[in-house]
Amino acid sequence: MYLYDSYDQAMVDARVEEFRDQAQRRLEGRITEEQFRPLRLMNGLYLQLHAYMLRVAIPYGTLNSTQMHMLADIADKYDRGYGHFTTRQNIQYNWIKLEETADLLADLASVEMHAIQTSGNCIRNISSDHFAGAAADELVDPRPYAELLRQWSSFHPEFSYLPRKFKIAVIAAETDRAAMKLHDIGIQIIKNDAGELGAAFYVGGGMGRTPMIAPMIREFVPLDQLITYAEACLRVYNRYGRRDNKYKARIKILVHELGKEEYTAQVEEEFKHMLEQGVEPPFAELERLRTFFEDPAFADGAKTVDRSDPDFALWVDRNTHRHKRDNYVSAVISLKPVGGIPGDASAEQMHLMADLAKEFSFDELRVMHTQNIVLPHVRIADLHALWTRLEAAGLGAPNLDTIEDIIACPGLDYCSLANARSIPLAQRISERFAENGRTEELGELKLKISGCINACGHHHAGHIGILGVDKKGTENYQLLLGGSEAQDTSLGKITGRGFDENGVIDAIETVTDIYLEKREDGERFLDTYRRIGMDPFKEALYD
Amino acid sequence: MTDAVQFRFRDDEMTTSPAVTFEACCEQSNATAVRLEPGDDARALLPFLDRLELVEVNFPAYTDGRGYSAARILREEGYTGELRAVGDVLVDQIAYMRRCGFDAFAPATPMDEGDVDAALNRFPQVYQKMVDGRRPIPDLRHE
Ligand code: SF4
Repeated sequence: MYLYDSYDQAMVDARVEEFRDQAQRRLEGRITEEQFRPLRLMNGLYLQLHAYMLRVAIPYGTLNSTQMHMLADIADKYDRGYGHFTTRQNIQYNWIKLEETADLLADLASVEMHAIQTSGNCIRNISSDHFAGAAADELVDPRPYAELLRQWSSFHPEFSYLPRKFKIAVIAAETDRAAMKLHDIGIQIIKNDAGELGAAFYVGGGMGRTPMIAPMIREFVPLDQLITYAEACLRVYNRYGRRDNKYKARIKILVHELGKEEYTAQVEEEFKHMLEQGVEPPFAELERLRTFFEDPAFADGAKTVDRSDPDFALWVDRNTHRHKRDNYVSAVISLKPVGGIPGDASAEQMHLMADLAKEFSFDELRVMHTQNIVLPHVRIADLHALWTRLEAAGLGAPNLDTIEDIIACPGLDYCSLANARSIPLAQRISERFAENGRTEELGELKLKISGCINACGHHHAGHIGILGVDKKGTENYQLLLGGSEAQDTSLGKITGRGFDENGVIDAIETVTDIYLEKREDGERFLDTYRRIGMDPFKEALYD
Repeated sequence: MTDAVQFRFRDDEMTTSPAVTFEACCEQSNATAVRLEPGDDARALLPFLDRLELVEVNFPAYTDGRGYSAARILREEGYTGELRAVGDVLVDQIAYMRRCGFDAFAPATPMDEGDVDAALNRFPQVYQKMVDGRRPIPDLRHE
């Protein structure tokens, strides 16, 4: 994985000192909260319902065991002993004191981490495929490109006061595991007919109030023009994105209002101009970055496991992913224990995951946007030993991509914008399905919950989505069906009138019953929904 | 209506001509100073760059970042006159503004000189190629 050189380290250290100075000015009352707000936001520090929340960047979700140990230490030292992994492959701490934040950032910097641009109307942390560098189906490792973009977007002078936040995802496989088309810019590294690598650009996707799937605006950007093209996309947005209405300020609205053709034409013109400015980093830099993502020293070993223990066999089937080496897999550690808080990990669990990464996965971990943790390179021969250790620590839930693998935003428990609680609902749903024993029978079923229309829980993209709304002062939940964030991206449709908390859990059970009744061979919930449409579900829910 | 210039990083004489509006500048052939509002298209000034001595870029609110693009575009197009940021210009924006080509600052609320000095010297290097001539880190790595 990428390691800082003295340049990167000096930049991050400077940022810590800058923040120390800003926080000091605030604590001494030399600046008001209003003046301080944009400064702390550039450093990922939010004022939530009860305390400050700090969001730490985990670039493209990759970290090593030293970093994971530090995240655990931070949870112990500055928070209440746990952290919360987010849908953008980052980690958040919910109980942070302003007085201690600069020290926390210094601790992070000591392990090459930071909270730069994890909030504010700027280019946010770059996300990527959580199986990057390991997946059997990828063309190349997308992370060198993500790292190139990370450095370019850090402290970008022109694009730090954009109309709204800006999220970029980079993938390099046909299977989209990063919801690429639901980002402001989605980049897919591809090969053209001549066998050259390049980037397809998708611009203007997003969730929130007005979910949109990004259209492709350029089929092939040569790799030595990647940054230049991104500059052009951003400049057109910075100049013409709407600033009159916060809810219409994302780039998706600009692309939608101008039309894809007109936006593309403007980008192309700006691109021509930018090419003359020579802003592209030297190609040698991309080559340097690639050297950090070369294969570890894979060893030989067994290609199959002993399936005599059914619990272990189930976990292997559910929680491992095909690796490019046939005697390795990527193993997923579920942070969705039945009745638990999706994405939460205690300091103790983080320490354990770090140790296991060191022992079994070449010192590497990944954060998934579904709020689980991946050990990317595990020898099949080591799987049983790994699973035994996970089981003992309560981290062996065999529920990846099932109805228990719920994405939930912080909701009313933490978030000042929320209409409804998300976390307790997720806890109760997983308990219900664990009780009725249907989880495994239902197979792949992605359930996503947002506590308000801002859609941090990606409810539009869930096979089943739940949206918390406020109905005359009481919490109410709308149900959506048919969303997907994969390569077949689609947006869910609302079933009809909403439900109260108990009602929505029953409603989920009802729609899963319909699926089990109607499904044909090998169909997932989403496939059945696409085949039979909304009506049978509606009838069962409302008639 | 010229705000007081608090910081200026140029050696030439400051122009005394008042800045006209963007519309006036585009119509009137002899203005030498103009003020851009966030919605004005900096590229419309290209035919007049030779005669302009001062371009003021107004920031009604620091959160509106269009002025950064306007400034950088003018520099990319070869403008060498004074580029002045006016309005809601804060100390924590000044380093980025310098990188986008601003060389004079007339903030609505004066800034603390020590703070400005610290802000301008805080970061040892830069990651992007902008219009201030600084060599970015990716280039330095491959000298
Ligand atoms: S979806 Fe709404 S409630 Fe949930 S975290 Fe986002 S803003 Fe808060």
